[in-house]
Amino acid sequence: MRAVPSGVRVYWRILVAGFRRQSAYLMAAFGGLVANTTFGLLKVAILFATVRAAGGELEGYDVALMSTYIWVSQGLLGSVNLFGRIDIADRIKDGDVAVDFLRPLDVQAAAITTEVGRSLFNLIPRGIPSVLIGGLVVGMALPDDPLAYLLGAVSIVLGIAISAATVYLVVATPGFWVVETRGLQILYMVVSGFLAGLFVPIWIFPTWLEVVAQATPFPSMMMYPVDIISGRADTIEGLLLIAVQVAWLAGVGALGQVLTRAGRRHLEVQGG
Amino acid sequence: MADLLAGDLVGKDPALSRLRPYRAVLASRARSQRAYRVSFGLDLASSALIGVVELAEIWVLFHSVTSLGGLDFAQILLVFGLADLCFSLADMTFGHCDNLPTYLRAGTLDVFYLRPQPLLLQLVTSDISLRRLARAAVGLVALVAGLALNDIAWSPAHVLLLVVAVVSGYAVFAGMFVWAGGAQFFLVDGAETTNAFVYGGRYAATQPASVWNRPLWAVFGFFFPMAFTGFLPALWLLGIAPPYGLPDWLGWCAPLAAAWTWLLALASWRLGVRHYQGGGG
Repeated sequence: MRAVPSGVRVYWRILVAGFRRQSAYLMAAFGGLVANTTFGLLKVAILFATVRAAGGELEGYDVALMSTYIWVSQGLLGSVNLFGRIDIADRIKDGDVAVDFLRPLDVQAAAITTEVGRSLFNLIPRGIPSVLIGGLVVGMALPDDPLAYLLGAVSIVLGIAISAATVYLVVATPGFWVVETRGLQILYMVVSGFLAGLFVPIWIFPTWLEVVAQATPFPSMMMYPVDIISGRADTIEGLLLIAVQVAWLAGVGALGQVLTRAGRRHLEVQGG
Repeated sequence: MADLLAGDLVGKDPALSRLRPYRAVLASRARSQRAYRVSFGLDLASSALIGVVELAEIWVLFHSVTSLGGLDFAQILLVFGLADLCFSLADMTFGHCDNLPTYLRAGTLDVFYLRPQPLLLQLVTSDISLRRLARAAVGLVALVAGLALNDIAWSPAHVLLLVVAVVSGYAVFAGMFVWAGGAQFFLVDGAETTNAFVYGGRYAATQPASVWNRPLWAVFGFFFPMAFTGFLPALWLLGIAPPYGLPDWLGWCAPLAAAWTWLLALASWRLGVRHYQGGGG
């Protein structure tokens, strides 16, 4: 009976360790904030011009809501993994993962938990300041309903977890079979940002492209959390989006688990 | 091509033979990149996809509106094509200056100091990424489409400006990579600070700069002269006056922009190299 709570406690410690480790890279976080702000100001120029060219409103976005979208999405950039880099990929490539399999921990769960811990830390030096800078310099619309912030917080954590689980699935696990996964990482980086709605909200895409995006887990990493916390989605829509996020997390996580087990067998065949 | 580069031809001319070590290194890089065939194929495909997605970011906006910053989509293709082709070529040859923080942390930069060749030249030839050719191809196609779709009153001056713009644009972006490299000696962990201006600069360069406010013009118009890599030359080709009452011959000043960027770049690089104390190896 005691196995379950102690198991949870181990992953909690891994989460905290990931969080603490990231706090050592303050200079990196500051650099990230400079990058977020610069890109944010360029996005403001081009997207505000687009909204104005469309007559002040575009697919439900006015200038104030567009501003919220820009600064929240920039703020999440340090936490939602749209770059496709994950430490466990190197361990799989080097064969060090064989040691990880000997530990009484689930390799997939531990890898994802570490990543989520690091990502949560990045919300402090990169996420919150990005939103503050945007709010002070450009101004933005925020929802009145306190529930939107609560749902938004849940949605952000889910988005972070989905991104970590997807990178694990798409970039790390193929490493059990092919040696070099850098190509996959680049491919992930290219596709994820665009379909997650990092440059342009997916709601402004042509319909066919929006459908393509919705058929992938990418919008649930960034677009849905931004929609909820900016108040673009109301409470009912927000709950629906969170349900979709939970489904993606379960799906991506289960597939990752299957491939991890298959990969472990492959590793044993290799004699690793 | 790789074999040709390393071939005996090189050894016969004394001027060329000085380049021989670099050619040999480049040829081996080319071979090593073809070693993992599946991954290299994926690399090429995703490199082309990067270009396509970047174009799609702009295209999606034009799906909603017909003109942005006074330019329509065909005209933006010209701006994007010019800037993106120049950036891709610079990224292919100078882009791995970005790896400097990794070398600094691992202490492997010290190896470069042991060789009797200039540090920057060694770094530049340390990795030429062939996959990035695919991305340059996307920029080239956009440029050709932009030139074909727009009504340009061609004259010898127009041809000359086009050539000057591509060469200067390449030099501007290459200078940006070197500038960022020099700053890495001080930043090490803060590489994203320079990424904001190198990759943010690329993003800025492919926009219609007429949407910028004055602070953005100060930063990406003149200090990091991104507007000179695509927007201003394209306006001159199209016969459109620049915004903010800027003179319309500004598109011809791209070589000045390139010279200014390299002034920044070499100053940053020299300061950085002097600051470097070694990896303690």
